[in-house]
Amino acid sequence: MGSPLINLHNISYQYEQTKALIDINLTIAEGDFLAIIGPNGSGKSTLLKIILGLLKPTSGEVLLFGKPVNQFKEKERIGYVSQKSNSFNTGFPATVTEVVRSGLVKKTGLFHRYPANVNKQVRQALKSVGMDEYSMKNIGDLSGGQQQRVFIARALISNPNVLILDEPTVGVDSKNVKSFYNMLSHLNREHNITIVLVTHDVDAVSKSISHVACLNQRIHFHGFKNEMDQMSDEQLEAWYGHAVRKVDHQSEVKS
Amino acid sequence: MIDSIFHYEFLQNAFASGLIIGFIAPLLGVFIVVRRLSLIADALSHVTLAGIAGSLYLSQSVGALALLNPLYLGIVASVTGSLFIERLRRLYKHYEELAIPIIMSAGLGFGAIFISLAEGFSSDLFSYLFGSVSAVSRQDLWIIIGIALIVIVFLSLFFKELFVLSFDEEYAKASGLPAKWIHVLFMIVTALVIAGSMRIVGILLVSSLMTLPVAAAMRISKSFKQAILLSVIFGELSVIVGLVSAFYLDLAPGGTIVVTSIIILLLTIFSKKIGSKGAVSG
Ligand SMILES: Nc1ncnc2c1ncn2[C@@H]1O[C@H](COP(=O)(O)OP(=O)(O)O)[C@@H](O)[C@H]1O
Ligand SMILES: [Mg+2]
Repeated sequence: MGSPLINLHNISYQYEQTKALIDINLTIAEGDFLAIIGPNGSGKSTLLKIILGLLKPTSGEVLLFGKPVNQFKEKERIGYVSQKSNSFNTGFPATVTEVVRSGLVKKTGLFHRYPANVNKQVRQALKSVGMDEYSMKNIGDLSGGQQQRVFIARALISNPNVLILDEPTVGVDSKNVKSFYNMLSHLNREHNITIVLVTHDVDAVSKSISHVACLNQRIHFHGFKNEMDQMSDEQLEAWYGHAVRKVDHQSEVKS
Repeated sequence: MIDSIFHYEFLQNAFASGLIIGFIAPLLGVFIVVRRLSLIADALSHVTLAGIAGSLYLSQSVGALALLNPLYLGIVASVTGSLFIERLRRLYKHYEELAIPIIMSAGLGFGAIFISLAEGFSSDLFSYLFGSVSAVSRQDLWIIIGIALIVIVFLSLFFKELFVLSFDEEYAKASGLPAKWIHVLFMIVTALVIAGSMRIVGILLVSSLMTLPVAAAMRISKSFKQAILLSVIFGELSVIVGLVSAFYLDLAPGGTIVVTSIIILLLTIFSKKIGSKGAVSG
């Protein structure tokens, strides 16, 4: 197990009326492939936004790479693919290259131009998601799954240590979901990118992941995916409200 | 002789201003359109009207201000309006678009009061509403040049950040960009361009020059770069054709410029249809 990259200590979050998260403690270590699962409205997106510093927790502390989130300046080390990317403005006149290049915006810095070799970096990032043939296409002309890969390339171009994805397979047709997760597996294993993923495809993702967190306001389970069947029926009930299929623990586990 | 030099200068002012506006308005307009802020541009132009009318009234009633260029108060009103819109958008978080009718009515309300308070500037007012070939002064031209420089500096400093902000605001924030500040600067620059463009196209049609060329460009461009290039080309084309025809036909340039850009828009829609149907004889 690698060193901890993300630490959440006693995080709670309250929207104006809704209590979204209660007393979350979670450590994500280098090399983890964590799936956060839970019913709709269980606070999954909120949790990711807190990790990213997009929302300030009502109480508790977030550490990124050991630093409090508001003091952490190297945001380019964390790549983010938001849930809303699925429904971005498809009429936007931009090529795949222009979109992927924009992933370097923070690393390049205010008042600076993109580096001279930016096109090479774009090609590499697109290659790692299998989209190198589409570099000149208009982003709006791609399928949902292809767009999602482009957004991952945009996140990858700054060489992040962590990739955070919020329901990336919504809008991806089922036959492409598997190859999508294989690609994430590859990034996790071969490029040692830590992955945090919110998903509903528990079965499809189970081969790729190393860890699971079961969330419903609180974390009801967090651990290796093959330990998930240690959850008692009461825990399952508290988490999902009714019995659910546990993650298939027969599949290989990353060591 | 003196007469023709005089004519030469007013035409010079109008055309130089027009060419500058035809460049910066669509350039900024690309970001306005893709960020879905077109209606905000419209609201700001109405606020500019309040500033212009207020200034015209002041120069009538306060002797010391008789020679005040109304553009200055127009700019002040427009920039103030842009900051108010941001404030309102945050106040009504779940009804952001409510800021637009609020600011628009405020602008028109104050405008109407100042217009009725002051008397006898109906011809002035007409030129502010619909633009004018003859009313652009040297001083107006200098102000417009100043605004253009600000726009160009702003866009060259923040181009890549504005792209990210326009394409995906949440991603911009997650990347740690100072999204809020860039947006506020963007709104101020937009307010400046609106006030500056108003002399040529008129208050009621300012936002058209920021949106119509962009709407046409977006129909046929494959990349963001191309969208910007085509928007500027269409904007310049509209201004040149519009100003020349306004001059020879003695029409308000706001009208001729906007109608030209509508024709360009229709042509792009039409050409795309032909293109997508494949070869069409004729
Ligand atoms: N911007 C918001 N304002 C108020 N309540 C919100 C907002 N976003 C989410 N919520 C509420 O917070 C809870 C958690 O939402 P979310 O994190 O989006 O859940 P999930 O991603 O698991 O579906 C839900 O009850 C949701 O209605
Ligand atoms: Mg969600």
